[in-house]
Amino acid sequence: MDNNVVIELRNITKTFGSVVANKNINFNVRSGEIHSLLGENGSGKSTLMNVLSGIYAPDSGSIFIRGKEVHFNSPKDSIKMGIGMIYQHFKLVDVFTASENIIMGQKGNLFVNKKKLSLQIREISEKFGLDIDLNKKVYNMSVGEKQNLEILKVLYRGAEILILDEPTAVLTPQETKKLFEIMRNMKKSGCAIVMITHKMDEVLEISDRITVLRKGEAVETVDRNSTSAKELINLMVGRPIDLSVKCVPTDKKTPVLKVENLTVYNEDKAKVLHEVSFELSEGEILGVAGVAGSGQKELCEAIAGLYPVAGGEILYKGESLVGKSPRDIINKGISMSFVPEDRLGMGLVPSMDMVDNMILKDYHTQKGILITRTNARKMAEKLVKTLDISTPGVNYPIRLLSGGNIQKVLLGREIESNPKLLITAYPVRGLDIGVSYTIYDLLNEQKKKGVAILYIGEDLDVLLGLCDRIMVICDGKITGIVDPRKATKEMLGLMMTGKSEKDSEGVNNVD
Amino acid sequence: MIRVTKCTNTTRIQAVIIRLAAVVIALVVSALFILMQNHNPLDVYISMITGAWGKWSMLKATIVDTIPLIITSLGVAIAFKMKFWNIGAEGQAIMGAFFANLMVVQFPGLPGPLTIFLMFIAGIVGGALWAFPPAFFKAKYGANETLFTLMMNYIAMRWIKYLASGPWKDPKANGQNRIAILPENTKLPELFDVHVGWIIALALAVMVYIFLNKTKKGYEIAVIGESENTARYAGMNVRQVVISAVMLSGALAGLMGMIQLSAVSGQLTSDIAGGVGFTAITVAWLAQLSAPGIILVSFLFSTLEQGISYIQSDFNIPLASAKVLQALILFFVLGSEFFIQYRVSFKKNMTSTVGKEGK
Repeated sequence: MDNNVVIELRNITKTFGSVVANKNINFNVRSGEIHSLLGENGSGKSTLMNVLSGIYAPDSGSIFIRGKEVHFNSPKDSIKMGIGMIYQHFKLVDVFTASENIIMGQKGNLFVNKKKLSLQIREISEKFGLDIDLNKKVYNMSVGEKQNLEILKVLYRGAEILILDEPTAVLTPQETKKLFEIMRNMKKSGCAIVMITHKMDEVLEISDRITVLRKGEAVETVDRNSTSAKELINLMVGRPIDLSVKCVPTDKKTPVLKVENLTVYNEDKAKVLHEVSFELSEGEILGVAGVAGSGQKELCEAIAGLYPVAGGEILYKGESLVGKSPRDIINKGISMSFVPEDRLGMGLVPSMDMVDNMILKDYHTQKGILITRTNARKMAEKLVKTLDISTPGVNYPIRLLSGGNIQKVLLGREIESNPKLLITAYPVRGLDIGVSYTIYDLLNEQKKKGVAILYIGEDLDVLLGLCDRIMVICDGKITGIVDPRKATKEMLGLMMTGKSEKDSEGVNNVD
Repeated sequence: MIRVTKCTNTTRIQAVIIRLAAVVIALVVSALFILMQNHNPLDVYISMITGAWGKWSMLKATIVDTIPLIITSLGVAIAFKMKFWNIGAEGQAIMGAFFANLMVVQFPGLPGPLTIFLMFIAGIVGGALWAFPPAFFKAKYGANETLFTLMMNYIAMRWIKYLASGPWKDPKANGQNRIAILPENTKLPELFDVHVGWIIALALAVMVYIFLNKTKKGYEIAVIGESENTARYAGMNVRQVVISAVMLSGALAGLMGMIQLSAVSGQLTSDIAGGVGFTAITVAWLAQLSAPGIILVSFLFSTLEQGISYIQSDFNIPLASAKVLQALILFFVLGSEFFIQYRVSFKKNMTSTVGKEGK
């Protein structure tokens, strides 16, 4: 068995300043296996993978590839050893075709033998079932296609060890199925695959072995066949957790927000929202499901007054919000906590401390020209306690906090402002399981108070559990608003790719 | 294999040590250079200090040089805090001086204090107006402020040259192109033997400190500097803040121009700002945009300038060599900032198995 071990990490330790990201981690991967690396955010998964791919050098410990000790000075070294990393954010050149992306940066002759090359590539793609049109430009590709291209790229470069960082985060359920098919094919041909994830059902579906990380330490490595979701969560969180998301019933049904035929163009004059219409009532959570980039961001920003509205109406309690300044809209009690992909893009000021971030939206209500920070300090200290934010102090720049803590600061501030309409996009992105559930509870609490909530989500299971209704959008169009009690994940998945509600009904299994 | 990693946890003490080390290295390297010129480095260094602080008249000259540097750096710091790269302080100072001079030309015969007051206001207005176009075009159309403010400098300089050769040409200048010297009663009064600019500079430092750290506008400037999107999200009027803050930045530079005109040169020339507008960029940066830091760094900067010019006459060191000394010292001190933000470490190479393939 030991002959099969292709990667072995021994006692890897990596610290950043005073933070220990990896502590004495031992971990090995065999050829022909899919090994999942499971852990909450901040548990050290990404650090470990960056060590393995040569981006970070470990402080101590050793890496063995096929029995030989190696020291990586840059990602180039790890690529040479046959390690291919597939990042969450694809590293592709948009204006290049698939084949251009594959050969880019490769050593070789000045002229490229296209015929020979495409033959090679075709061979690889057929072997693994990677479905790609080599002459298609990247900007014309769907997310799934881009991911296939990334995989093809590293395989072409000779990778036999693949590391996939949260590969399913951006995929629809259908695309995920396809990806798993590809992963199984690779496994059959002897590749070793490491998948980083925090999605329990996927781990159980695809892995052979699972290593659980918690707070920088490898807690345990278990065989798929001898474990259960319950055990894994126990290992991951360190305590048992109830994993059901509850939808709290409320009876207030006065409409608060009415959006009618909302149309929005982006900077390139492309339509990003097509005549979107929906209603949102007090004490209701309306979920929005859609593949990333389907117009969610624009919808949020249009309501918050940050995006120019080209047509249609946004009515808040009967009053039009179109053309109102963001500050007017904030003053009406509409709060937006948008957690963008890079978390810090909007909503927080990274280099400022918590206290200064608390006053971001209400500093102007203070009298005079000076700013008092006493209340903000109290509020920051309160949030640190109630939301269990780990920080050296409220005067510590938030950019140095971990992602989850940054998000707690953001959502905490928004909820503290007692909003009447809460727009929240990806509020649990990057949070650990425990905290995610705290956030769902917070949202439910707000809902009970009569707050209308627009919830832009990623995890379909959570959307189905938490929301009163789910609106599915695809390419800026609403494909349907469904009742979660009657909908299935597969149905939502199909609607996210543009199929109408009718076409998707009754679909339970898609291959 | 050399690795450079970003380092965010440098302590204050470490930072001080790194900076002191930079000064020491600068002095050692400069010493070699001085030795090559057959002088005793120690004597030269002592002479530099004496030249800047040795006698009251020398210290006074250093202080007089420090004043414009403080005021301009404060102005530059306000814009920089917003990540608006205002490198047009030179031109803004020139226009401040021009507007101040305009008061004298337009209202001759007014009592001295009143003229000075008008000049004071005019200097502020002139600098602010000259900063307005780049601020406006940046806020409205996203124009590149670096180039815009830089170009405005040259326009301001040429404008003064034009005035000197035509409209404002001094008839008593024997045909030379120059503007008339201001009457004696427009000179800023002195306090403790130095013109009152020093009080203005210190007062402004306090005000700018409060402005940036304790006021709503200061908070808005900091937020915009970090992310305009966040500022818009928070409901700030980004355009208005950008324009007003940059005009304030220009106003301080303009005030500097007025002070130099009234208290130091007494005559409007195209180099009235004497490059201070550019030096202020370095000063503001070295002081990390903090008002107290600006006072300290400005004083040290002027000390260096005075010392360098003193050794020229004291040791007969040519101007070019003296400038090399100044450059060496600045090179090391500025360069040390890199080592405060980054760590350089040497790591062992990969084992031979992989190394062979690589090379």
